[in-house]
Amino acid sequence: MTERSNGAEALPAAETDELEAIIDECRELIEDDGYPAVRRWLEANPGGKVLGHFQVYFPEEIAHAAGMLPVKILGATSALQIRQADARIAAFVCSIIRSSLELALSGRLDFLSAFVTHPICDAARHSCGVWARNLPDLPCQTLFFPHNARSAYAADYLVGEYGRIADLVSEVTQRPVTDDALRTSIELFNKNRRLLRELYRIKREAPWLVSAVEAYVLTRAGAVMPREEHNEILRRALHLIEAREGKSQDRIRIVFEGGFCEQPPVDMLAVIQDICYIVDDDFLIGLRWLTEDVPTDGAPLANLAKAYFDTSSYSSVQRDPEKPKEQMLLRRIREAGAEAAIVAAAKMCEPGLEEQVAYSRALDEEGIPHLIMEFEEKTNVFEQMRMEVETFAESLLFEFA
Amino acid sequence: MANVKQVTKQAEDGAAPHSDLIGAARTESRRLMEGWWGEMTTAEEEGRPVANVFVMGSIAEILRTFDIPMSFPEITSLQTAVRGRSMEYLTAAEDYGYSPDICGYVKVDAGLHVTGRNHPNGKLPKPSLVVAPNTCNTYIKWAEIWERLYGCPVLVLDLPGWRGTGDDDSAASETFGRDCAYVEGQLRELIALCEQVTGTEFDIDRLREVMGEVNTLAVLYQEVIAENKHHPAPFDAMLDGLNFMGIANAYRGSPAGSDFMRIARDELRERVRLGLGAIPEEKYRLLLIGTACYSHFRRFLELFHEWGGVFAHSEYMTFGGGGIDKGIHYDLKRPIESLAEQILLTSQQSFFSVSFSQEWQADVVSEWDIDGICFHGIKSCRTVSTGLPDSREWQMRHNDIPGLFIQSDLVDGRLWSDAQMKNRVDAFFEALASRKALERR
Repeated sequence: MTERSNGAEALPAAETDELEAIIDECRELIEDDGYPAVRRWLEANPGGKVLGHFQVYFPEEIAHAAGMLPVKILGATSALQIRQADARIAAFVCSIIRSSLELALSGRLDFLSAFVTHPICDAARHSCGVWARNLPDLPCQTLFFPHNARSAYAADYLVGEYGRIADLVSEVTQRPVTDDALRTSIELFNKNRRLLRELYRIKREAPWLVSAVEAYVLTRAGAVMPREEHNEILRRALHLIEAREGKSQDRIRIVFEGGFCEQPPVDMLAVIQDICYIVDDDFLIGLRWLTEDVPTDGAPLANLAKAYFDTSSYSSVQRDPEKPKEQMLLRRIREAGAEAAIVAAAKMCEPGLEEQVAYSRALDEEGIPHLIMEFEEKTNVFEQMRMEVETFAESLLFEFA
Repeated sequence: MANVKQVTKQAEDGAAPHSDLIGAARTESRRLMEGWWGEMTTAEEEGRPVANVFVMGSIAEILRTFDIPMSFPEITSLQTAVRGRSMEYLTAAEDYGYSPDICGYVKVDAGLHVTGRNHPNGKLPKPSLVVAPNTCNTYIKWAEIWERLYGCPVLVLDLPGWRGTGDDDSAASETFGRDCAYVEGQLRELIALCEQVTGTEFDIDRLREVMGEVNTLAVLYQEVIAENKHHPAPFDAMLDGLNFMGIANAYRGSPAGSDFMRIARDELRERVRLGLGAIPEEKYRLLLIGTACYSHFRRFLELFHEWGGVFAHSEYMTFGGGGIDKGIHYDLKRPIESLAEQILLTSQQSFFSVSFSQEWQADVVSEWDIDGICFHGIKSCRTVSTGLPDSREWQMRHNDIPGLFIQSDLVDGRLWSDAQMKNRVDAFFEALASRKALERR
């Protein structure tokens, strides 16, 4: 990990060591494409079943209520050699589709009992077919979130879809998904989202206490480990982060937009954090999609469906006329007290690249400086990027001065 | 298609050729296309609302009920490429900020809209309404571009698709029933929106008339495609198929559309009677998966035709034809409910099955006596192209069907590499020739 400059030394040495150890462990977990936390869970739960789901959002509570371990399938770093997926996916498709398939074809996901993808984009929609052809023993499903989010009929439809997924996981585990089990799972995930919101509050209010990389690895670890463990990690880490002392440095406060699906390499974030404070972002927005606690009284699936529409974030792959994406980005910038934005898109990401144009024009109209970037999860050379971000930041510091 | 002068043998029934039928479909399609453009061009001047819609789920049934002219931006974009003009619009869109790596159709259209809507065929109208089905996700992003430019209402028609393995989504399933209720609700919302945009009250009897025409059109379209089971194939599914699809979309639900398809079918039957093939000497029968490359349309065809290869069928004619090849059976006694069911069924069978169509491909290979499949990956269309290499591999491994995988683009000529394309196509035909020689032994 790159050098921190956030005053971590103000903590007693033992606690500094503990926080570092937590963060290092999270980073190892997310960069190990063998899914070590999942394998540990399976060892501790013989006969346990794992559901893999592709980006962006998935109601993990449903799988959890059936006793399954839900994990995100979200590609890999440059360490993964693509040997088989290139022969199955066209060349001009983004890296995450290819690397996720490679993980499956190479046996790294041999623990999966079911895979669910979503039609977030035209490439992801094909994943179900390609996976089903190549992994005939694995149930491969598509969860169709409503594309017509404000139709009066969308909520009932989504409840039906969630019910279908509940049937799928019940069949896999031979365990019914009861309302009580769902309520317990919703409570667990509510807690997780509360902890993540707290982490992001610190990022916004005191970004010198937690670096972008630290916040990122702490968040992402939840995608590949049991949420009970993740809650414990977050709880302890937040305590240690808040106990840190430090002071604000003269850096530009930016919002990073464009990490909703394929993830930027951690070292890319390290380059940016050396120059700017990333005070808010959409990294792994699916883990934070629901922005408020889901009620535990009433019908749980209906509550989850309602939350999907009404108390949720935004992304380039969801159309919701009540959440115009440019306005949502402007709001994110405003609420984070940011001065500028990095508007990024993964290479070959059709929705991300299309949205960049709308974002850029809206930011221009508001006079908010922004840097347009492209990235790929497997990029491992960042010198050019460092130069671009430095130039951007310096021009702003000069302008603001 | 080869013309009547190329007939070298007397028809087996001894009757003289009906010269008037040969070439009639092409003449009529040209006339209808001009008429469609004429209506679009004058609509804005006359203050009539125009809807921007898409070929994979236009819902022409409802729009035509309200007499709303429909603009199909996929068709207008490809027309710029066929006329050799797409680059100027692509460049305009890239100057506006769009990436080289997004859908070429979107960029051509965006380029047209930000430069005054002056299309080589006429003036593109400003949309008053957009209906964007989710049969292609990019449709939704595309609709948002017009929404931002013009502030027009956008209705995303959500047609839930194929759910994957291990789930019953047959027409009798609970899933299908729930999907139908959702789609029917959205159709009623679309009707209310059309009433608002046009100021006209919905007329259910007019909807019945339009749906009745679609029933007729679908039967004729199926008959047209089936004519190519004959040897030689009377039409090329990439070249002439494009005309058939274009008219099937632009005139869906109107008597002119059904009349055209009847003319096409009759011409094809006459061609079959006369033994008149799409190309002079048919040697290989091919299935196209993907679309054509419109910036090099003639050249693309030439690469295959010069080897005696004809596209006897194409997946394009199924999803690009609005799904009517699967057959539409509207129940006119309960029009809205039936519209929801049939649109959902055909969209699941035609558009969403693109990602899992290996069984359909194998059936076509058998029924249309196909020698090999051409998988044409298009850089700017992930909907069609993402899993093509996998499909090719599957057909070779499981069904021993030879496959060619090539890549270019719909409208972006910069992505056409002539030598590379020719090299691969030639190698494919050489392999097919060797295979045929072995089979003959």
